[in-house]
Amino acid sequence: MAMLSVKDLQVYYGSIHAIKGVSFEVNEGEIVTLIGANGAGKTTTLHAICGLVKAKAGEITFCGQNLRTTDPHKIIRLGLAQVPEGRRIFARMTVQENLEMGAYIRKDKSGIDEDYESVFKRLPRLKERRKQIAGTLSGGEQQMLAIGRALMARPKMLLLDEPSMGLSPLLVNEIFEIIHDVNRSGVTVLLVEQNAKKALSIANRAYVLETGTISMSGDADTLSRDEKVRKAYLGG
Amino acid sequence: MKQKKWIPNVIILVLVLALYILLSVLISANIINPYYSGILTMVCINVILAVSLNLATGFLGQLVLGHAGFMSVGAYSAALFTMYSGLPTVVSFPLALLVGGIVAAAFGVIIGVPALRLKGDYLAILTLGFGEIIRVLILAMPFTGGAAGLSGIPLLTTFTYVFIIAIITVAVIFAFIHSRHGRAVIAIREDEIAAEAAGIHTTYYKLLAFVLAAFFAGIAGGLYAHHIGVLDPSKFDFNYSVEILIMVVLGGMGSITGSIVAAIVLTLLPELLRGFSEYRMLIYSVILICVMLFKPSGLLGQHELSLTKILNKFRGKKAETKKEA
Repeated sequence: MAMLSVKDLQVYYGSIHAIKGVSFEVNEGEIVTLIGANGAGKTTTLHAICGLVKAKAGEITFCGQNLRTTDPHKIIRLGLAQVPEGRRIFARMTVQENLEMGAYIRKDKSGIDEDYESVFKRLPRLKERRKQIAGTLSGGEQQMLAIGRALMARPKMLLLDEPSMGLSPLLVNEIFEIIHDVNRSGVTVLLVEQNAKKALSIANRAYVLETGTISMSGDADTLSRDEKVRKAYLGG
Repeated sequence: MKQKKWIPNVIILVLVLALYILLSVLISANIINPYYSGILTMVCINVILAVSLNLATGFLGQLVLGHAGFMSVGAYSAALFTMYSGLPTVVSFPLALLVGGIVAAAFGVIIGVPALRLKGDYLAILTLGFGEIIRVLILAMPFTGGAAGLSGIPLLTTFTYVFIIAIITVAVIFAFIHSRHGRAVIAIREDEIAAEAAGIHTTYYKLLAFVLAAFFAGIAGGLYAHHIGVLDPSKFDFNYSVEILIMVVLGGMGSITGSIVAAIVLTLLPELLRGFSEYRMLIYSVILICVMLFKPSGLLGQHELSLTKILNKFRGKKAETKKEA
């Protein structure tokens, strides 16, 4: 059974039909990516999963739980952590405090300390800056912090919304390397990206969103060789 | 060099106690005359108001323009309680303050549930509206004395009462902010969506901080009612809400000690400037404008005056001089 499954999702913004029956699945251990152009509905789909927008119809299930009836603040307790679009770090808190907030739902002191170490090991730049105010970090470091914060909840699955946004190509590579590495350590990943090339390079499977519907899906390698995908998303 | 954490707390306690004893002795020896002790009482009441508003505005990040409304609810409930409960004043006064706080908190829930779905300007306008509605309701109700005011409230607020309650308020809010709950509240201010994603029940914590602020405003109202002896609804208008907000902004949003300093300064300043008669408010305004121009984040910004830090600096210097020697 899939870890996360979305079936026939319908979302409206007022009278605008934004998501018109999207269905997809993410299995345990996979990296699945949703790619598509601006306004295709990638972020809206993620927001519906996280409960930030209400779906009009459809099913969203995570580990057997119906997410449509789950309060947004309880989703993390099921093991689904978000790295939101635009990073959304707690700007006036220190790096350390941001990570502490990531572990907000946990009470196991020793486990939390272990995870600080593993996050700092994976993201050494954060360790150097642990006492620094998060708002003064560079864009790439803020993205790393957002990922680190999500990992502090020790999630089963990570939702990432446009992690490459506004970053230099060099940093984009670094961030994707981190995501790949996190996945190898056993965390399932759902990645929403405009940078289709990078996303397909680390993903197992992919879905292509086009104006609120899924136009193509399949193996990431197959898709990245597909003529239509190459033309539309990979620059020929 | 790890110092014991409780030392600064003990020092603060001793200092506060010393200040209390000093002021009480001066008052009972009539060196501080009743006029000045009245001002001291208002200082303490304003400290309670400013620190509690800082919880909602500075830490939770919601602009509230109706704090005087909560204060008036507390003031009238407490006053009516002591006047009609028939209990001996030793019992009725503390109970009345509690009643004032609870009624104000209840209003906080009623206003907060719809209001906290809004943000920024909208919330500000809604709380402003609430403050005005309360004032008009007090004018219209038969048991509040209407526009003539409620008089004959026993003068039970002593310096000891108001001082101790101000200290308790500061201690409770300080402890709240530094608890797990407080961190949740600050995270909401920083980013509500990220806070929710981290598992914080945002609606609950927003309401909790808002209601706690209203509760202490209500207690301050009760103290005020039993200090002045007469309640007049026009006292609790929009201007007073703004005055409290100015204390919070001037002291620094998110700084408890900043609010305390600002409340003291802004209560004393108009009194100290009385000699300048008509220039008084002008000077007051110029000082405010200057602070906002040169230190827009308030006197202390988000920082706290911390004894630990001062001690550390002191020790650091000592250590340095030792090294040099």
